[in-house]
Amino acid sequence: MKFGLSEEQRMLVDSVNGYLQGAVDIDRLRAASTNRDESSDDVRRALAELGVFALLVPEAHGGVGLGSLDAALIAEQLGGVCAPVPFIGSAVATRVLASSDPELAGDVLAGIADGSRTVGLAIDSYIGGRRDAGIIAAGEVLSGKSLFVFDFDADSYLVATADGATYLLSADAPGVTREPLTTIDGTRRFGELRLENAEATLITSDEAALDAGVRLGRVLLAADALGAAQHMLNEAVAYAKERKQFNRVIGSFQAVKHMCAEMAAELEPCRSMLWYAGHALDALPQEAPVLACQSKSHITEVASFVAKTATEVHGGMGFTDLLGLHYWFKRIGSARQMLGSPEQLRDEAASVQGLI
Amino acid sequence: MDLNYSPSYEQFRQEVSSFLKASADKQPKGAGLKSQALKNWQKTLIEHGYAARTIPKKYGGFGAEPDILKSRIIAEEFAKAQANPGMGGQGISMLVPTLLEVGTEEQKQQFIAPTLHGEMLWCQGYSEPGAGSDLASLRTSAVLDGDEWVVNGQKIWTSTAQIADWIFCLVRTDPKAPKHQGISFLLFDMKSPGIEIRPLVDMTGDANFNEVFFTDVRVPKGQIVGAPGEGWRVANSILKFERGSLGDPNATLHRLAALFDIMKHETIGGERLMDKAAFRDRAMRIQGRVMALQHNELRLLSAKINGDDDVRLAAMLAKLQGTELRHDLEGLAIDVLGELGLAYGDNPYLNGTWQYYYMYFLGLIIGGGTSQIQKNIISERALGMPKEPKFAEGAAT
Repeated sequence: MKFGLSEEQRMLVDSVNGYLQGAVDIDRLRAASTNRDESSDDVRRALAELGVFALLVPEAHGGVGLGSLDAALIAEQLGGVCAPVPFIGSAVATRVLASSDPELAGDVLAGIADGSRTVGLAIDSYIGGRRDAGIIAAGEVLSGKSLFVFDFDADSYLVATADGATYLLSADAPGVTREPLTTIDGTRRFGELRLENAEATLITSDEAALDAGVRLGRVLLAADALGAAQHMLNEAVAYAKERKQFNRVIGSFQAVKHMCAEMAAELEPCRSMLWYAGHALDALPQEAPVLACQSKSHITEVASFVAKTATEVHGGMGFTDLLGLHYWFKRIGSARQMLGSPEQLRDEAASVQGLI
Repeated sequence: MDLNYSPSYEQFRQEVSSFLKASADKQPKGAGLKSQALKNWQKTLIEHGYAARTIPKKYGGFGAEPDILKSRIIAEEFAKAQANPGMGGQGISMLVPTLLEVGTEEQKQQFIAPTLHGEMLWCQGYSEPGAGSDLASLRTSAVLDGDEWVVNGQKIWTSTAQIADWIFCLVRTDPKAPKHQGISFLLFDMKSPGIEIRPLVDMTGDANFNEVFFTDVRVPKGQIVGAPGEGWRVANSILKFERGSLGDPNATLHRLAALFDIMKHETIGGERLMDKAAFRDRAMRIQGRVMALQHNELRLLSAKINGDDDVRLAAMLAKLQGTELRHDLEGLAIDVLGELGLAYGDNPYLNGTWQYYYMYFLGLIIGGGTSQIQKNIISERALGMPKEPKFAEGAAT
């Protein structure tokens, strides 16, 4: 019996984190957030060299073939620095593509593994369609629009219709119009995809394949939020130990230290929950659907609490751009909304348990 | 990650489960702590190694090597079968581990076996009216007079005092020493002359606690654990045993299942409670919190077995989070039940334990180190934040 990280997993985390701490600083976040064309390709290439994008890709397609928990640990590190690089979209695509015909997906998977390709996610019509949005398929020809496409600056997209069929669409296919959308989180790219008879490749019409991808996406977003929240808590504790008012460091006031204790007490169990959810995706198929919903719901709720409270501990400085803490606040905000808000996920959790 | 138990453990689980099935009709149900039926059951449990498992045979235990997984399996199987887990109480859960750590050989011989077998029931004399969160400011005094300590003062929040045979008690033996260094840990007979017990009825309507008054109670000089002045250190080796036991996630899981059961069957206006979106959302939110603490517990268990994970923070938060969660869970059941949620005690429409535990767990949020004290501990010891500056002794505050 062992519930914890392996030596290999700790080394993976250390190597990725070691690189990210030096490479992604506040200036980079500011640049990425204020200029949509600002690229962090250097970070993406370096991460590719560390094997980050090959992690989930099966060995047969040039990848490493590791598991969901390993990917979650990477997502946690990326969230910890608000890394403005796409990861989750390609990871979800990898999960869906790997379960399909190798003839169709082999090249894309190899491209994801070596970092030369990025796949965006246009699956909103499947997980929660909106008025005036939705994709209609006629054979392998797609029309309609998809909103808030995730990891938008991609060379292809995983597109889902409302019935759970999944297509791979090239970004430069005729009939594709792309419109960037501004969101609160400048460290991730979102946009709108408009399709007019755009030719795509049907990857699978098996809803179960897409569901497995969505579950992974949810756990990775939970991991991203956990990493971002842990960073905010660390910053709040460090600030409270330095900032002096009334001739005392503010961290000696119970009003302040109790806020920090509450954040820590809420957040630390989220780490165990993430590990369990990551493990469940690969090893506990009965529990995976409810764990994917509950881990993302619970962890992003806690992360939102930490985002607010850590900002408050910083006082007025927390509100400024000077300190830049708001990038993490917004990163948590976007993780919370994507692939199902907490309320939506809790409803789904009840449904997959047969409670309704 | 490997959440499987090896075959030898699965076999052990089978053994426990078969024992419980075979002995189902021998188990005392709702028997008092002093009943012969419970003592007999306790004896059977110790013989099989399902109670006092790791306590040496020479002190009346089963004498097994510590095996965290086996202990866990026993707890899980007893919970699953809703079996009587045998004798509990502060003597077994707190005093015995302390004596094993810091008691003299003579004390171990004298006290452990009768305590384990229910012949000697203990209460804990720690808190005082003026010493709650600031326990070390306690004032009950013990003065040496020849070969005896003479004890005077008052304790409060003393559970089972009215039925206890003995008390383990913190007293001030050196009023001039700094407050943590003037305390001693005494053991004495509750039938000693000069002890008065007054039940303290709490908000549940039960007297879960008592006040205990000491007037010139004479205690033999040797009935002290550790040296005079070492009582605080001795007591803290006990407190670490107490904190872990409050807010048990397995019990919470049991209650969550009962809540879901009610929500699936009770209706308002013909609609199941679970079909009402607002109620359902709250139930699922509680489930998320229960899961997170369950997984935290799994991590603590694994760290004990494998010793490869820093779980200081994960361990410190268990009491704070566990008791608050349980209080919220019981409160949710009351909320979804509407007027039916008012039911308390004997009521033809609902077994009213939700209101009882809603209050009982508010008691546990306060008892055993308040939530605020827990937050001090977490912020100071896990996050390295500074203590509140202390005012000089006697200074105006």
